[in-house]
Amino acid sequence: MANEDMGGIKAQLRRWVQVGGPFLGLVLVCLFFAFARDEFGEPARESIFKAGNLKIVLVQTVVVGIGALGMTLVIVSGGIDLSAGSMVAFCSVLGARMIVGGSSPGVVVAVAVLAGAGIGLINGGAIAAFRLLPFIVTLGSMSIVRGAGKWLGKNQATSIPNDSGIAMVMKVTSPETLFPLPHGVWIMLALAAITAVGLRQSIFGRHIVAVGSNESTARLCGVRVRSVKVAVYALAGLFFGIAGVMQLARLTQGDPTVAVGLELDIIAAVVIGGASLSGGSGSILGAIVGALLMALLRNGTSQLGWANYVQEIIIGSVIVLAVGLDKWRQGRGRV
Amino acid sequence: MRLRLNGIRKSFGATRALKGVSLSVTAGAGLAVIGENGAGKSTLMKVLSGAHAPDEGTMELDGERYAPEDPLEARRRGVAMIYQELNLVPHLSVEANIVLGVEPSRWGLLDRRKRREEARKALADLHSGIDPAAPVSALTIAQQQLVEIARALVHEPKVLILDEPTSSLTGVDVEHLYQVLDRLRARGVSVLYISHFLEECQRVCSDYVVLRDGESVGAGRLAGIAMRDIIHMMVGREVTELYPRTPHTIGKPILELRNLAGERKPRSMTCTVREGEIFGMFGLIGAGRTETLRAMFGLDPVSGGTVSLNGVEVTGWTPTRLLGCGVSLLSEDRKQEGLLLNRSIAENLLLTRPSPISRGGFIRLGAERRMALDWMERLEVKAQSAEQSIGELSGGNQQKVAFGRLLYHQARLLLLDEPTRGIDVGSKASIYRRIGRAAEQGRTVVLVSSYIPELLGVCDTVAVCCRGEIVAVKPVSEWTEQDLVSAAIGQGTESGLEGKES
Repeated sequence: MANEDMGGIKAQLRRWVQVGGPFLGLVLVCLFFAFARDEFGEPARESIFKAGNLKIVLVQTVVVGIGALGMTLVIVSGGIDLSAGSMVAFCSVLGARMIVGGSSPGVVVAVAVLAGAGIGLINGGAIAAFRLLPFIVTLGSMSIVRGAGKWLGKNQATSIPNDSGIAMVMKVTSPETLFPLPHGVWIMLALAAITAVGLRQSIFGRHIVAVGSNESTARLCGVRVRSVKVAVYALAGLFFGIAGVMQLARLTQGDPTVAVGLELDIIAAVVIGGASLSGGSGSILGAIVGALLMALLRNGTSQLGWANYVQEIIIGSVIVLAVGLDKWRQGRGRV
Repeated sequence: MRLRLNGIRKSFGATRALKGVSLSVTAGAGLAVIGENGAGKSTLMKVLSGAHAPDEGTMELDGERYAPEDPLEARRRGVAMIYQELNLVPHLSVEANIVLGVEPSRWGLLDRRKRREEARKALADLHSGIDPAAPVSALTIAQQQLVEIARALVHEPKVLILDEPTSSLTGVDVEHLYQVLDRLRARGVSVLYISHFLEECQRVCSDYVVLRDGESVGAGRLAGIAMRDIIHMMVGREVTELYPRTPHTIGKPILELRNLAGERKPRSMTCTVREGEIFGMFGLIGAGRTETLRAMFGLDPVSGGTVSLNGVEVTGWTPTRLLGCGVSLLSEDRKQEGLLLNRSIAENLLLTRPSPISRGGFIRLGAERRMALDWMERLEVKAQSAEQSIGELSGGNQQKVAFGRLLYHQARLLLLDEPTRGIDVGSKASIYRRIGRAAEQGRTVVLVSSYIPELLGVCDTVAVCCRGEIVAVKPVSEWTEQDLVSAAIGQGTESGLEGKES
């Protein structure tokens, strides 16, 4: 009873943490790199915060960032999609094969993205129609799609020309300055803006949130729960398809063995961004910041000359910290 | 004196939840703790049960200082608490639940024989006939509650605190609970009884203490005090009419059920509800009332019979479609089904009808906030803002929003399942007024309730359900409390408490 009043300040703080948390994390990471010294005792900030390097960080954010848009929708709806990494790999292989086969960039993008959406549609269909657990269904499709990608790519990477239309999307020109940014970065930001508004303000977005917050309530309130789920996974697949094209553009090859475990990076970005894995809350802006934070951590620690395993330990800790923060934020409010 | 509290104060940050509570209860007496939601009853109980330490004030148990560090110490000292929400482990057996946390052991291993003995002894005190080896999940709610009480009895309690113990029980089970409490009191156990139902308090307790805004504002013997005086103390104002009668006219038949059956329940429901009517449905828990509403509203599958709305058969329509026709349902379980607990008041209130606040499939945030604030004012919802998460509100305010959703939806047919369960008197009165006004506007209300005074006070017609069928329908003027109960029990042969294994 008293909890309802006692909410005041703490609730305010909690809300602030949800919105500001990812930014706070980003600021902390920046502060850390601002004072860190590399293995030769030189301040690392000069190399890390150089315009050219920041541009690279942004480029490294794109694949995870776009994937995080789709994953945010899925997680907000109360689900999870473990097949994201496999889809990115599959779509990049598909795109590469088509380019090698002589298709025009427009057609390649359309087909790769629709393939992603198609796989997502199947995921969502299975989840909604048979009331299967998203974890299990997408765990299965993670393996199936990975296998399909290897089959399609004949178990090897398919290279595309460096100057093909697709590759230009992620091409870094003038490596010393921040601008012009590669198109891929702008595409990510534009997609994020559209998705953020859609999730927050569209009726469909509200329905996604309602399904994730409480499926029974959503049903009671006339939300077509199954259709929403199918649509969410299909949309997520669409984003993973786009991420696959970006991956292809960046590596200039479609490799069916890349992006293993990428789904975990994507999920981590979404969670760092303030989403709750139990559904019903999440932030697109937060997810993008989360993706940026992880890319910066990776990039910065390797600039410092730290071993790969140190990065892994740090990133793992950040994820646990973010989840702990989330628990604190929402757990105590409803004892 | 068994238990004495003096000037208990407790603050959470800037909020002063208890601002000076004093009470005392003698051995074997029953003390009713009465107050609206938010009056500080729950905080007081948490202080008593050792979950919170008071900031100021003293507590004495049998003349000795009582300041429990944690709930376990409170239990050891003999203060046991039965919470409103049951705290049992469904997969474990009854006996395992009873001794949970205080398992008898020998050389570090569970002593199964002693465990059974202790559990049997505790259960025997309750005359329950519950099998100690049965898993708790197989018991009825009433039986589970007895298991909770048995768990408290293992420690030879001196004080037993019950928080709204009857909120999920029906008539017969309630009576059995009263008898159990009578026996415990005869053995010298003091009972602190928290309830919104003043009639219950009179049945169980000899004394009362009224809390308002964290203070004890009145105490004394229950015998001889008028109900309206207590209500006056609770709310600090006169609640002149708890059941306001709004004049309304009843029109042509609008909703017809013909032998409606669900997969398990109901078995065969037949009735006709007319436009502008407030149609009550009474019955024991398990009579199939909730299931009837759910089947009508397309939440549960229909296995036989028909539902017609304005002469159109709507059997098996989805909730989406029915909402489109102006039918809306208020769930009995606002936490599990009724509300999106982690979302805002505005979202919860406006979810079913976005059209007035949206354009082209997109919500206009300003319009949404204005609409929500407007409705919150109309519904008398107390909250900080329209964006506040609804899980932070009190039960009464949550229920006002859940009910308000139906009104905002402009539903023509309102299916209300236990709309006033577990909420305070003020919120109840507000919901009754709303129901009356809806009928006045020609809307139709189906009101499922286990609380007889409210059915008799609000409805035009009351139907009684028993074992999945409607066994009687009469105008409210022809019903008495006794008739309703005996109709609900059927021939009065079967006791709901022992439970039919299903």
